[in-house]
Amino acid sequence: MRAAKVMVADVRFVADISGALFWQEQRLLVVSDLHLEKGSSFAKRGVLLPPYDTVATLSRLAAVIARHDPRMVIALGDSFHDREAHERLSESDRDALSAMQARRDWIWISGNHDPALPSDLGGTVANEVAIGPIAFRHEPTGAAGEIAGHLHPKARVATRGRSMERRCFASDGERAVMPAFGAFTGGLSIRDPAFAKIFGTPGFMAHVLGDNRLHAIAASRCY
Amino acid sequence: MSTLDLFSVTPSETADLLPRQFRDWFAARGWSPREHQLALLAKASEDRSALLIAPTGAGKTLAGFLPTLVELSHPAAQRGEGTKSLISTGRNVKRTGGLHTLYISPLKALAVDIARNLETPIAEMGLPIKVETRTGDTPVSRRQRQRRYPPDILLTTPEQLALLLSSDDAPFLFSSLKRIVLDELHALVTSKRGDLLSLGLARLWRLAPEMRAIGLSATVAEPESLARFLMPQRDGKEVSADIVVAGGAAAPIVEMLDTQERLPWAGHTARHALGEMYELIKRNKTTLIFVNTRSQAEMLFQDFWRMNDDGLAIALHHGSLDVAQRRKVEDAMAAGKLRGVVCTSSLDLGIDWGDIDLVVNVGAPKGASRLMQRIGRANHRLDEPSRAVLIPANRFEVLECRVAIDAIAENAQDTPPLRTGALDVLAQHVLGCACGEPFLSDELYAEVLTSAPYASLTRSDFDDVVDFVATGGYALKTYERFARIKQDKQGRWRVANPKVRQSYRLNVGTIVEEAMLKVKLVRGRGGGAGSTGMIGRGGRMLGEIEEYFIEGLVAGDTFVFGGEIVRYEALVEDQVYVSRANDKDAKVPSYMGGKFPLSTYLAERVRKLLDDRRQWNALPEQVRDWLSLQRHFSSVPGVRELLIETFPRGGKHYMVCYPFEGRLAHQTLGMLLTRRLERARARPLGFVANEYALAIWGLGDVSFMVRHGKLDFAALFAPDMLGDDLEAWLAESALMKRTFRSCALISGLIPRRFTGEEKSRRQVLFSTDLVYDVLRKHQADHVLLRAARADAAAGLLDLKRLGDMLSRIQGRITHRELEHVSPLAVPVMLEIGRESVYGEAGDELLAEAADELVKEAMG
Repeated sequence: MRAAKVMVADVRFVADISGALFWQEQRLLVVSDLHLEKGSSFAKRGVLLPPYDTVATLSRLAAVIARHDPRMVIALGDSFHDREAHERLSESDRDALSAMQARRDWIWISGNHDPALPSDLGGTVANEVAIGPIAFRHEPTGAAGEIAGHLHPKARVATRGRSMERRCFASDGERAVMPAFGAFTGGLSIRDPAFAKIFGTPGFMAHVLGDNRLHAIAASRCY
Repeated sequence: MSTLDLFSVTPSETADLLPRQFRDWFAARGWSPREHQLALLAKASEDRSALLIAPTGAGKTLAGFLPTLVELSHPAAQRGEGTKSLISTGRNVKRTGGLHTLYISPLKALAVDIARNLETPIAEMGLPIKVETRTGDTPVSRRQRQRRYPPDILLTTPEQLALLLSSDDAPFLFSSLKRIVLDELHALVTSKRGDLLSLGLARLWRLAPEMRAIGLSATVAEPESLARFLMPQRDGKEVSADIVVAGGAAAPIVEMLDTQERLPWAGHTARHALGEMYELIKRNKTTLIFVNTRSQAEMLFQDFWRMNDDGLAIALHHGSLDVAQRRKVEDAMAAGKLRGVVCTSSLDLGIDWGDIDLVVNVGAPKGASRLMQRIGRANHRLDEPSRAVLIPANRFEVLECRVAIDAIAENAQDTPPLRTGALDVLAQHVLGCACGEPFLSDELYAEVLTSAPYASLTRSDFDDVVDFVATGGYALKTYERFARIKQDKQGRWRVANPKVRQSYRLNVGTIVEEAMLKVKLVRGRGGGAGSTGMIGRGGRMLGEIEEYFIEGLVAGDTFVFGGEIVRYEALVEDQVYVSRANDKDAKVPSYMGGKFPLSTYLAERVRKLLDDRRQWNALPEQVRDWLSLQRHFSSVPGVRELLIETFPRGGKHYMVCYPFEGRLAHQTLGMLLTRRLERARARPLGFVANEYALAIWGLGDVSFMVRHGKLDFAALFAPDMLGDDLEAWLAESALMKRTFRSCALISGLIPRRFTGEEKSRRQVLFSTDLVYDVLRKHQADHVLLRAARADAAAGLLDLKRLGDMLSRIQGRITHRELEHVSPLAVPVMLEIGRESVYGEAGDELLAEAADELVKEAMG
């Protein structure tokens, strides 16, 4: 199962193993928290992380776009790691981005890392987007029908002295928080109080991104 | 110390080297100088560097300092120097007087203790010598004063030396240096700390060309290579310091416990011999009980506690206990108040304990030299033999103990060969150099080559490291403007800004600690499982535990810690809340096999012992019977061959092989073999490895497959598994990622500590796993990946040993198809389920968690 069904407010989404969410009826693909140019953002501060995160993230994005051929792509905020990050995009990364944007609508939702995106990136910049019963915004509010990012959910599962930790979708059927898509994005445990605030109870599910398939695991079973 | 002297006859010419006041001092104490002490004095007077190899208790430290004390006992004028006052502290000021001797110890406690010990002869002879220590605990004001007005003798650690060398005034501070004394050199050189120290030495040889070195070491396998460490290597030729060997230590008396109990098949606790061990403690004044892991120490201590009807003062000592707690134990021990101390390698090195009359080593000795050094802790008097008892915890360990005793009787050594210097350490050093005086690449390269571990460093590796330090070493040249070090017009490298220097100072050193969590004892939730009542706050700190261990637990799991069985309650920030559990056994075993694998040398001796039936007579009857049964039932592996047994059991098919190459190499072999078996459709399910054997089980009938030519063991075990299969596994190996993490931290790619904010050790700025994944895909030959691979080959994956084994057994595989488990296979089979299978967690683990949910849903 390289994809799994995730319901949000009676809309059926497909969670892709890459961490993207696909709305079949709308041919809409959503990715969150790309954090492009995070490597160079650290480099500015003297921590010389490899400068390959943008190309790694974009090539994974290109692959999932090629697989689903969406009519529209929503990047759910924090697409760039800092306010100047887009200026540091290399020529070839810009070209790769343009190639993905061709023949489809592209919406940049602004996030706390990239609150003011310029217009020359291609696509449209918006604070949030509503399509049918679904609202797409960066920071989750807990409202029903909301798909958000920002928190970078991850789940840890342990049995008999072994444990592993992976990114995941968090969802309770009414709302969902998407995993971060960027190559250099860490995560926040879904047992963090931030998630309890959004979902109200620990009774939500983690759709954990495994090696070859997604796994639906009760959040209460995770750490 | 003893009043009896072993060397009553002293050659008069060397005795003359000792000034009158020293001879009088020795005489007043009823001592006379030992031969090796005078030998070192003679080497010093000939202006030679020397390596002293001596057992514990031989007066090694005094020997190391004697030349310095003698030289400094002459008035300064006589030494051809002016007065010791100097005001200017600028660069390139050649001072007179100043720092004379530097002493480097692996432990700061040892440095402090030695300083105290030196004060006695200095005070009693009234010598005009100032001795000071400098460790991480030294107040800033004193450190600053030390740089301006250095003492005659400074005692410090490799990390502090690196810091001093990275300062502007290093040339001022060190140009007067005459001698460096390196204590416990055998222990220092086996790690990256040794690499760092060797680079520091190279720097000192340039700053103080007159400096000579004295190395103090326990007995090692290759003294010549250790002696190279003390000398600048020149023009690709190997240069060694002179070697002085102290003789005369009485041979130790080492026995194996001849237990009256039934010898266990497996396990590492030696619980069967508890009563006998307790008796040993009772019969002796003070006994040190060494075990191989922290959790073993915990368990054994707990067991003694339960049976201690005589109220013997028995204490526990290991590296994860609270520091104050450890000091308390050490002080009680020094004061002779303890009858027994259960300890780990935390007491392998260190301060002299005085009167310990017995060392008990529980479990596998792992290496002959290591065991010998432990036994040396028993008695610090040269003329009396140390006494030790080995307690094998299972039948295989009986074999290991037997050959270790033989090796000690032959005085055979199996210390590892001198390391090849690591590139991540070099990166740290290069940055340190740039923090001091600017350097030219050509000059620094030439300097680094003088250090023995780096003597064969290629220029291209060096240049890659400099490039890494400057801009990250990436093929994509986008970080020029963020460079940490920059070249001036003359081509000299210097730090780009003061922040880089600050960051270097905060992050110096090569000891990468496991992420640790504090363990706090709280009241349990009560109300049974499932209750979500509040956990009581407050409570006693028990110590620290590795984060990765806690990550494998779920609330309610029990484990042994701080000498008791505790229940894991919750993780609250960086604290692990545990409550007292009443269970008799812990649910989650925490035996991780110890840090060191069985030495290649002992492994070979064990294979020889097995192969030579005449030697079996020296083994306990239970073990002899076990081996005879194996011979009858299957076969006993020969010295060079690999025995493979296959048999069915409980609906699964098992394959057990006996490489005797240590747990780490076996784990790697297990990972690679399961991949191959998967491809061969043998449907493997899991494996478990111990120091001697590897067992793999699965659904496919391996015996049948071999019989029908569907599987060929020669091909399965072919050395080419270290090619593509290894590469594919490394991509996701958690062990590899752990190795890379340490390289990323040591090399300074990711700082451990930041200026202005002392983050807890747990929070590393950035996940090194993410860096590993991206770097591996986009620049597989990056210098840090190369460094990590070199580490893994010798460390956690033990690839070198695995490779040697695979070549050794080619054409020598013996396969026995059995109907059921063989006697030799029982120990490793018993470990299935008892030990956590240290495999790579993946989809199966997640699927298992998901299935639980399905079951729950289906009622």
